[in-house]
Amino acid sequence: MNRAILDLWVGAFVALGFAALMFLAMQVANVSEEGTRGETITLRARFEDIGGLKVKAPVKSAGVVVGRVAAIRFDPQTYQAEVEMKVSAAYPFPKDTIASILTSGLLGEQYVGLAAGADSEMLKDGDRIEMTQSALVLEKLIGQFLFNKAAEGGSNK
Amino acid sequence: MTTNPHSADPVVELRGVDAGYGDRLILSGIDFSVRRGQLVAVMGGSGSGKTTLLRLVSGQLRARKGSVRVFGESLEKISEKELYALRRRMGMLFQFGALFTDLSVFDNVAFPLREHTDLPESMIRDLVLLKLNAVGLRGAATLMPSELSGGMARRVALARSVALDPELIMYDEPFAGLDPISLGVIGQAIRKLNDALGAASILVTHDVVESLSIVDYVYLVSQGKIIAQGTPDEIRNSPDPFVHQFIYAEADGPVPFHYPAPPLEESLLLEAEVAP
Amino acid sequence: MIQLLRTLGHLTVDGVWQVGFATRFLFAMLRHSGPSFARFSLTIRELYFSGVLSLVIIVVSGAFVGMVLGLQGYDTLQRFGSESALGSIVALSLLRELGPVVAALLFASRAGSAVTAEIGLMKATEQLTAMDMMAVNPIARVVAPRFWGGVLSMPLLAAIFSTVGVIGGWFIGVVVIGVDNGTFWSQMANSVDFREDVVNGVVKSFVFGWAVSLIAVFQGYDCTPTAEGVSRAITKTVVYSSLMVLALDFILTSFMYIGK
Ligand SMILES: Nc1ncnc2c1ncn2[C@@H]1O[C@H](COP(=O)(O)OP(=O)(O)OP(=O)(O)O)[C@@H](O)[C@H]1O
Ligand SMILES: [Mg+2]
Repeated sequence: MNRAILDLWVGAFVALGFAALMFLAMQVANVSEEGTRGETITLRARFEDIGGLKVKAPVKSAGVVVGRVAAIRFDPQTYQAEVEMKVSAAYPFPKDTIASILTSGLLGEQYVGLAAGADSEMLKDGDRIEMTQSALVLEKLIGQFLFNKAAEGGSNK
Repeated sequence: MTTNPHSADPVVELRGVDAGYGDRLILSGIDFSVRRGQLVAVMGGSGSGKTTLLRLVSGQLRARKGSVRVFGESLEKISEKELYALRRRMGMLFQFGALFTDLSVFDNVAFPLREHTDLPESMIRDLVLLKLNAVGLRGAATLMPSELSGGMARRVALARSVALDPELIMYDEPFAGLDPISLGVIGQAIRKLNDALGAASILVTHDVVESLSIVDYVYLVSQGKIIAQGTPDEIRNSPDPFVHQFIYAEADGPVPFHYPAPPLEESLLLEAEVAP
Repeated sequence: MIQLLRTLGHLTVDGVWQVGFATRFLFAMLRHSGPSFARFSLTIRELYFSGVLSLVIIVVSGAFVGMVLGLQGYDTLQRFGSESALGSIVALSLLRELGPVVAALLFASRAGSAVTAEIGLMKATEQLTAMDMMAVNPIARVVAPRFWGGVLSMPLLAAIFSTVGVIGGWFIGVVVIGVDNGTFWSQMANSVDFREDVVNGVVKSFVFGWAVSLIAVFQGYDCTPTAEGVSRAITKTVVYSSLMVLALDFILTSFMYIGK
């Protein structure tokens, strides 16, 4: 076969292969996702129970991704979970922001939700969010529900 | 036809060589030499070890015993690099041509030139067409090997094996499958090429008449041994019954037609005993 | 009984021999890989035969696998009311497993067998010996470019397979069934991690490329130089590379995703 045609085909093949890789990186894995792009600051928060939260889970505020969970550790002093988040430096949050662990949909993945407070002072790199709300664990909810029912039934008698 | 006068140094020299495959010994006690300018024929029955002899000379097969020297160098403990350096000075025509089936006739002949020289493409073109012309196939340059007849393929392979003007040329059955006219032409071409290049050539062949008319010296091989040697005239007039049988193509005589085996009756009887 | 033991012993010894030969062969090939890159046109030709000519089967299979994933994934997910996770299911299955593995299996039967046949026939017709006689090393000139052509093609083919598969899943899920387009992609992007899933998939296909290409060239080079020997070598290439790919996949998966 003609050398030039061969080169052309192989060139097209390689270009196609790299285009596919780019597609997988950009569209499928979404490397350039908002909230992880550009400069970030690190925030910490302690939770009683993080449920199924995983590293790299999104950090959202008002439903918009503003960051990612960077690390999860167990603190043996307080017996709590310490979650480290990288949040876009472009969105400063007030000191009295509340961090809670939420679930997208009934069976969806868990993420950290940030509800902004009203403080005039802003959180800085390395700061800790003091007010947190743990994950709702289904078994606990059901247990509580049954307990309440039982208590109701008892008092109604 | 006499041996060239300036042909003192042996190009190929085998002394007391044994060789074989696996645990089968094919050649034993071979003494064989070819000098510069000489065209030597190796003749013998099918399966007698002629191709094996060429493999020994070209370093594809190592000798079990004895010494093999080519261009004055021993092949016994030669490194791959040194062997390749020697092979660049050799040309070999394979029994079945061995053309590269993915390359055209032209590219086949150009292959050694492109691999080993930095000649410009225009020069390669001229050289290839000259070589093809010598075997009468200049017009077939653009064909693919699959479009050639067996004889044509052999002639292309011949052109390819001499593309680099080698000093030692080995031909494995160059005449098989050629019509009488091409046979004569190719025979003469082999002789002329040898003289023009001042090369040494080994010609393995079954064609007694054609080869006796062009070669300088003949070795007769049978069952892994050299049973006779001499100039064509000596061979023709040899009183030896082996030689006589071979040269005059007689069926009965000391040269066996069969591959070594127990007698036929014995084999058949054995089978009969096993069968029921 | 004795016969059985003897057969077993024979097979074991044979197997060990083969692995030993293949390893030595691999090192010889790596040592003679210079020309594959110095004269890159040799490898380009093999990229054409291994890569470009495998494109059709890769694209068609990728599309069908993706569409089946779309259908089955939707059918299962809607029982739990989680159709929104369709994008994640399709993308994760393709990137982590199906893309690299199925592409490698197709590659073994399409390109690997062709390479074995080509090298085996060159050996049977003495072309390799002829080359050796012309002081051109057949491992450097014939074998190594085919190996590298396969190694370089494989990750690209796997990526193309996964991409076409994701598009196939999107077509069924979003266009045909009517899952929300935005949800499909955003759920996918949320659950697919670049390093964890995309890079690991590429690493897998790269390893498979080495395995399949090595088996293909080795079987061709090592075959008995007859028509029957070549056909046996082709069968071996397909069977051994398929088993090898599946076994390696298990090993790689357990290192990459489990126990972390
Ligand atoms: N690669 C090989 N492995 C094992 N045995 C071989 C091999 N090649 C040849 N032989 C054996 O060596 C013997 C000599 O073979 P060789 O090819 O040298 O014969 P030859 O004289 O060239 O015959 P022909 O005229 O038919 O070409 C044969 O009996 C053959 O069985
Ligand atoms: Mg022979």
